[in-house]
Amino acid sequence: MAAPDRGAKWLRLCALLLGLLPLVLLLGCTLEQYPQSAMHPRSDYAIWLQDLLEGLVFWVVLIFVLVEGALIVAVIRFRARPGMPDPKPVHGHTGLEIAWTIAPALILAAVAVPTVATVFKTQSKAPAGALQVEVIGHQWWWEFRYPEYQITTANELHVPVGRTVSVSLATADVIHSFWFPAMGGKRDVVPARTNHMWFTPNSTGEFPGQCAELCGISHANMRMKLFVRTPEEFDAWVVAQRAGPAEPDTLSTEARGKQVFMTAGCVACHTINGVSNGVLGPNLTHVGGRSTIAAALFDNTPHELGKWIADPPARKPGTSMLKLPMSPDQLADLVAYLTSLK
Amino acid sequence: MATTTAPIAAVHEQSYSPSGLWSWITTVDHKRIGVLYGVTAFIFFLIGGLEAVLMRIQLMRPGNEFVSPDFFNQLFTMHGTTMIFLGVMPLSASFFNFVVPLQIGARDVAFPRLNAFSYWVFLLGGIFLNLSFFLGGAPDVGWFGYSNLTSKQYSPGHGVDFWAVGLQILGVASLAAAFNFIVTIINMRAPGMKLMRMPVFTWMTLVTSFLMILAFPVITIALVFLLFDRFTGTNFFMASAGADPVLWQHLFWLFGHPEVYILILPAMGIISEVLPTFSRKPLFGYPVVVYSGIFIGFMGWGVWSHHMFSVGLGPIADSFFALTTMLIAIPTGVKIFNWIATIWGGRIEFKTAMLFAIGFISMFIMGGLSGFMHASPPSDLQQSDTYFIVAHIHYVLFGGSIMGIFAGIYYWFPKITGRYLGEGLGKAHFWLTLVTMNVTFFPMHFVGLLGMPRRVYTYAPNMGFNEMNLMSTVGAFGLAFATLIFVANVLRSRTHGAPAPADPWGAPTLEFAIASPPPVYNFGSLPTVHGLDPLWSKEAKDIIQQVNTVKGHIHMPPSSYWPAVSALGMTMLMSGIVFGWWVGIPGLVLMLVGFYSWSFEPCH
Repeated sequence: MAAPDRGAKWLRLCALLLGLLPLVLLLGCTLEQYPQSAMHPRSDYAIWLQDLLEGLVFWVVLIFVLVEGALIVAVIRFRARPGMPDPKPVHGHTGLEIAWTIAPALILAAVAVPTVATVFKTQSKAPAGALQVEVIGHQWWWEFRYPEYQITTANELHVPVGRTVSVSLATADVIHSFWFPAMGGKRDVVPARTNHMWFTPNSTGEFPGQCAELCGISHANMRMKLFVRTPEEFDAWVVAQRAGPAEPDTLSTEARGKQVFMTAGCVACHTINGVSNGVLGPNLTHVGGRSTIAAALFDNTPHELGKWIADPPARKPGTSMLKLPMSPDQLADLVAYLTSLK
Repeated sequence: MATTTAPIAAVHEQSYSPSGLWSWITTVDHKRIGVLYGVTAFIFFLIGGLEAVLMRIQLMRPGNEFVSPDFFNQLFTMHGTTMIFLGVMPLSASFFNFVVPLQIGARDVAFPRLNAFSYWVFLLGGIFLNLSFFLGGAPDVGWFGYSNLTSKQYSPGHGVDFWAVGLQILGVASLAAAFNFIVTIINMRAPGMKLMRMPVFTWMTLVTSFLMILAFPVITIALVFLLFDRFTGTNFFMASAGADPVLWQHLFWLFGHPEVYILILPAMGIISEVLPTFSRKPLFGYPVVVYSGIFIGFMGWGVWSHHMFSVGLGPIADSFFALTTMLIAIPTGVKIFNWIATIWGGRIEFKTAMLFAIGFISMFIMGGLSGFMHASPPSDLQQSDTYFIVAHIHYVLFGGSIMGIFAGIYYWFPKITGRYLGEGLGKAHFWLTLVTMNVTFFPMHFVGLLGMPRRVYTYAPNMGFNEMNLMSTVGAFGLAFATLIFVANVLRSRTHGAPAPADPWGAPTLEFAIASPPPVYNFGSLPTVHGLDPLWSKEAKDIIQQVNTVKGHIHMPPSSYWPAVSALGMTMLMSGIVFGWWVGIPGLVLMLVGFYSWSFEPCH
């Protein structure tokens, strides 16, 4: 019996290492390597979820090692060998049954208490003085409104560090799900309801997010970006956003581009404050100041912007943005104008 | 044994003599219908697997353009729908058909022609659903078809119609089969086969059948609402008309969670047969395993909103469903402990069936534990709708249900065909499956926690998802190869496998008292059962003698083509919703003629 016992010990050790592997792997990676990671919390909300998860992982790894270990030991120790006697026909054991019913129940109780506490904590009312943001999901982009500052923007959310952000969620069409993993869990954006969530970012930086509920053909292309800024940077951003759109010099390329914007059909869907009033597409008043376009799909460079406007459906399948007839010169002028809208 | 098998082989030749395609179309023999279910479902399983491989090729690297976004959405919708409704459920039904009447000592199911009808409806429903690929595009809204993406406004094509009507057709097959098995198990047990003497597989069939007759009406109603919304402009799910689209989610998951147990309980039943046989030791805690299964069946109705933690139902609903979900982990854990206790102290023979049963336990533990992690709503909010959940469901459904089904195939193949499945290829199949399923699905836990959502046809290159996706793709090819080994093994063993005796494994249940393959009437005379595990009891000799002795005239139901005709008519009638009256009206006529003729068909 000595040999199989030693084998069993080795296997137990392997099982333990295997169980700890996930933890080691997750601790070893950084937010730079995995920018959309849910394991690198950067807000109070995300940290509460992470704390709960760590407790769960502890139990899960423990149970995994014990149960898989027992299975492996049984398989090795009781493998058929020549000359082995017939097994005893054991039909059961009441004490064991009671024990392994109660033990998981106790573990569940140990997890259930912090679970329920966290459920109520994270779904309570946002603290007073929170920054209100209205999020509206569209197929396939995000609209952000700041009622406090009368700002409307799209796909890039700017918030100050340390101030609670209270988000209300609504949709213009189908169900979406709003998710910045670094800030916390996702919350669905459901027709005929307004959902709420809040979080307080604890460090500055740029964080990607994306829609997490299947919402049609370009679901994968419904991305967004969060910019957590210092309060000063955020205030400067607010001032810039509240200003009117840049007005091009007469006879400049940008002025010709504005003319294209007015006549080619863009105005039907897009608003530039004081210029047009379309509401189907993103507000472009300060589109030149964004770092990405088309729901955080492409970098906001003149080259990418030109490619995007030239044929939107080719670059984002299903988008309702039309491929408008436009000469290369007109396109270049339009790109120059939009880029100037810092 | 040699003295009893020889005369039975002779009877068997004679009883199986009607052969050829027509005999399969008109058969009402539960064993042949079981084989039809198994072969058909396995072909659908291969189609679903092909869909998975195509998806994995697309996701092999970021920004890949192997398939179009639209086709990708069709692939994951059809992969889920196919694996659940056309793969795992009918594969389980294949075992219900073949094994249950033999395990309880019956000559057939209670309603043999209804049984044939179920099969034909399932086959035609599956074909109908897959026809959508060639008729304007398959469904592309996910296997859960959340409203209002399924509305005419957001899904104007016919894909959603194919999906809704296809599920209705398949629902008829499931309901008919479930009623059949409940009546069979309640009424047709051999003398002395009390409920608590039934093999666990039969017990799990009974529980699963009750879940089916209670769960399918819920999805049926939801689908009727959806079809009305799409075809007649009603507003059951239309937010614009004041309805709440979340109603769909409640109805769907009220069906969908019991459905999860419909998928796993039969596999749990299978391994509860396999583990004792190859451990040479009775199942540990039989009544506890049975009651856990029943308790899971009940509790399965009280956990549906754990699929909806991100919807925003409020802290009270979230807490309630978190607690019920955690509660259901207890009977599941108890089952696992009893299985391990069964093999503990045994004399374990590592036949392929046993390897798959042990594989089931080890992989199901992982699926159960990741499930435990998102039973907690706050934790789930980071995991829901990501690849973490994809990993979880595949550990439960592939590592669980499919491994269990493979265990069952290796275990009962000798009974079904009279030949063993090759052990060499079988072991290659098992080990390659075990390794590659982990290569495929294990990285998905991490890629999900690192922020990759499900159901995306592409991802950005700078998210850190690249290597793990490539690994999953490599694993998927390995899984496909493992499955091909299995197919080769079946094809080869059918004609060249080692001949199997009546009891190829020394198993304890009644189906192993009769010849392999069994005669058409199963039991020469019905056995008298005195306890659990009849063939391991001291009465075993008497029972084997009894069941292999034909006494008097045995009346078996004659074959009939009316079930197939009725099924064709009914499928045409329902598919008329999509194709138009010119298919529906002839279908209605055919169905009525079929049912009428069936009712008055003489059964002598």
